[in-house]
Amino acid sequence: MTISRILRHPSFLIGALITATVLVMAAVAFVWTPFPPGQVRIIARFRPPSGINWLGTDHFGRDIFSMIMVGAQNSLSVGAVAVGIGMAIGVPIGLIAALKRGWTDDVVSRFSDLVFAFPAILSALLITAWLGPGAVNAILAIAIFNVAVFARVTRGAALQVLGREFVRAALAMGRGPLSTLLVHVLPNVAGTLIVQATVSFATAILAEAALSYLGLGVQPPNPSWGRMLADAQNHMFNRPWLAVVPGLAIAVTVLGLNLLGDGMRDLLDPRMRERRGD
Amino acid sequence: MIGFLARRLVSVLVTLALASVVVFTVLEVLPGDPAQMALGTEAQEDTLAALRREMGLDRPVLERYLGWIGGLLVLDFGRSLTYGVPVVSLVADRIQVTAPLAGLAMLMSVVIAVPLGIFAARNHQRVGDYGVMGFAQVGIAIPSFWFGIILILLFAVWLGWFQAGGFTPWREDPVAALKSLFLPSLALALTEAAILARVTRAAVLDTLREDWVRTARAKGVSENGILYGHVLRNALIPVLTIGGLIFAFLLAGALVIENVFYLPGIGRLVYQGVTQRDVVVVKNVVLLVSAMVVTVNFLVDVLYALVDPRPKARA
Repeated sequence: MTISRILRHPSFLIGALITATVLVMAAVAFVWTPFPPGQVRIIARFRPPSGINWLGTDHFGRDIFSMIMVGAQNSLSVGAVAVGIGMAIGVPIGLIAALKRGWTDDVVSRFSDLVFAFPAILSALLITAWLGPGAVNAILAIAIFNVAVFARVTRGAALQVLGREFVRAALAMGRGPLSTLLVHVLPNVAGTLIVQATVSFATAILAEAALSYLGLGVQPPNPSWGRMLADAQNHMFNRPWLAVVPGLAIAVTVLGLNLLGDGMRDLLDPRMRERRGD
Repeated sequence: MIGFLARRLVSVLVTLALASVVVFTVLEVLPGDPAQMALGTEAQEDTLAALRREMGLDRPVLERYLGWIGGLLVLDFGRSLTYGVPVVSLVADRIQVTAPLAGLAMLMSVVIAVPLGIFAARNHQRVGDYGVMGFAQVGIAIPSFWFGIILILLFAVWLGWFQAGGFTPWREDPVAALKSLFLPSLALALTEAAILARVTRAAVLDTLREDWVRTARAKGVSENGILYGHVLRNALIPVLTIGGLIFAFLLAGALVIENVFYLPGIGRLVYQGVTQRDVVVVKNVVLLVSAMVVTVNFLVDVLYALVDPRPKARA
């Protein structure tokens, strides 16, 4: 994969640029925001965008741009932790299922079926009924879903690699199963997993936004994009612009990650691109 | 064929049984005392004792679980703690909103996506194709609940063509009922239409590359004849599969969209059940929704096996 090929791939470039911008915004928010994001100034409520408040203020007079910056932190961290847990548990499960086959494989398949019977929103509602609302419970719901996603994707990809001659040769020459998985199988499925992680990250951000919108995710006063939309809906008739910015933030971030994932898939596996006919 | 379907049916039943165990465990075993969960920590001891008796919590766990499952089989879902009416009548009421909502959204996404997908495939690697693919990327990225809010802004607040939320019951005014479902369905349909348009385009392109299409061209069949007489019928098989899976996503999406538009559907019922700590409603409705997801996936498999005999050999 040469640098020039990467630079000639528009969706990869645009996706990487958007993702990097959101990451930088979230990182900068650790050290600087135009205003303290939780600062309530009733006297300055519902200010339209201006040189002082770049994106205006909300019903508590809080600076929207500062809240969007800190909201990026929350969205990205919920997504990253949920996908991280999903990978950390799902990938080993998928690898072992592919290697062992038999009843181990059956158990993993049943587990995935069970998880997919509960869409993430539904399992989040179930977990909330048990533990109450909160960011950690939202992460838990999205993570459980991702464990099943990664177990299934890893299993499928690993089965293909395990059937190839060099892996069978390694096993025949006496390399142990664990070492075969780590040395031969994992590096060959890593590309698929990286692409899946990007797509899952985007889906996790959408799920977190939906849960926070319902009041089941990140709790106030900690700002989150979904929560900002729920608040905006209450003032939509008089202050419609409040409903635009947080939604755009979610959509642009997800768009960036999806473009990045598509781009990486094309760059890592050019045959895929031919098959899809793009 | 029969063997494949029998195996799939067994796995569906196993999944449903496991799902019921999970729901029961999370709501009735793990919290320790579901009556306390329902009433909160401030509740009086005698109120708690009365509710425990009513919920049958004085009986052993296994007996309670079997009692619940036995009730489900004869459509006795128990009585809601907040509404005081049988859950089955609540569900029967609310499904009249959620089922048409999901159905209408499904219809809209097919009507939008299939022509777009065919158009993109016919204009492969030209402006029209890139336009449709751009629409699909954006459609997948936009959260449906935000799109719902934007639709309310445009069509209810500014243009005044629709109401901003709420639902007119079917028996009062069927036209108004349909109208109150229009914007929510459109909000739900966008993401699914975007996915479906991509699938349709890819499927048509794949089929156009088959040898028999070249043969048909060589025999002088017109491009339209090839596309509508031969290709579309074959290309719609993957579209059908994804379409079925999308129905499950639509059900999940309805949980959120109903809250955006204040629609009294299944999603709002379970959401309110959670916020009002109505364990009986949550337990039954969550299992019901997951049963619908599993059943739709099973029906898609059956349909797929009927339409396309090829996968059966693999299964």
